[in-house]
Amino acid sequence: MKFGVIVFPGSNCDHDAYHVISKHVGQPVDFIWHRDTDLSSYDAVIIPGGFSYGDYLRAGALARFSPVMTSVKKFADSGRFVLGICNGFQILCEAGLLPGALIRNRDLHFICEHIYVRVETSDSPFTNELKTGSVLRLPIAHAEGNYVCDDATLQELQRDQRIVFRYCEPDGTVTESANPNGARDNIAGICSRERNVLGLMPHPERACEDLLGSSDGRDIFRSLAATLAAAV
Amino acid sequence: MKAKVYVNLKAGVLDPQGKAIQHSVELLGFSGIADIRQGKYFEIALDNSLDQTNARASVEKIAREVLSNPIIEDYRVELDT
Repeated sequence: MKFGVIVFPGSNCDHDAYHVISKHVGQPVDFIWHRDTDLSSYDAVIIPGGFSYGDYLRAGALARFSPVMTSVKKFADSGRFVLGICNGFQILCEAGLLPGALIRNRDLHFICEHIYVRVETSDSPFTNELKTGSVLRLPIAHAEGNYVCDDATLQELQRDQRIVFRYCEPDGTVTESANPNGARDNIAGICSRERNVLGLMPHPERACEDLLGSSDGRDIFRSLAATLAAAV
Repeated sequence: MKAKVYVNLKAGVLDPQGKAIQHSVELLGFSGIADIRQGKYFEIALDNSLDQTNARASVEKIAREVLSNPIIEDYRVELDT
């Protein structure tokens, strides 16, 4: 199995993602420059966090037009796996690979802190090593993480169990006070209809070593690795 | 020819920046302000080779596909000839 980490001008969590795949997942991984378009040798690609194109216009809006994104769309359409983290989630929404949009945080602040999310479904290639209802402690670092979508989209996400992570209290209760950014329905992460594309605002790649304050993020990468191992 | 594109958050989409600006304006002593919404404004200089119909069509497409996100924003195009 082979991973790729896409690098846009302004990506800054690309090395963290690379480090986690090479060190903790123990699999081959390449950086993929945003002008490259050949993804044929990869089984999964990660769109990392950061500030692609300086967040100009809207977060993720310009990255969507990078040459690699046409390939990412085909890659996702072919059933292979795409993980968008933070700015990666914003890019996936702008590109239409995931529904909805991420707007300015309710309280305007850039929020950089550890929060808790509840795993809403283990039925995804990214959470199959986790139990539904388990709680992860992960860092967030964003100014535009306030997930919005229309009522019909929300109902579809709820009905099809496509909400993968929701902000919660440490005990797993989903409350408004545990919602750091105002996201609709406390949504922290969603997957595509075919479940092979996941976008989330928290940074699991920054939570894979106890030294960093949490290693809860590892299970997300372990799940993806298990999915790929089973598919080979 | 010049095009102007105005992009605004749709009604009902939270605009915390507008709220913060409104708060500051009120602190300055201005009263009677019901709401402030922040938007974006673009000026696009067009090549003179385009006729008005094509120019409008192009700018509408740019506004729809790039300058705005239809999930959260509306846009309006004006053409100055």
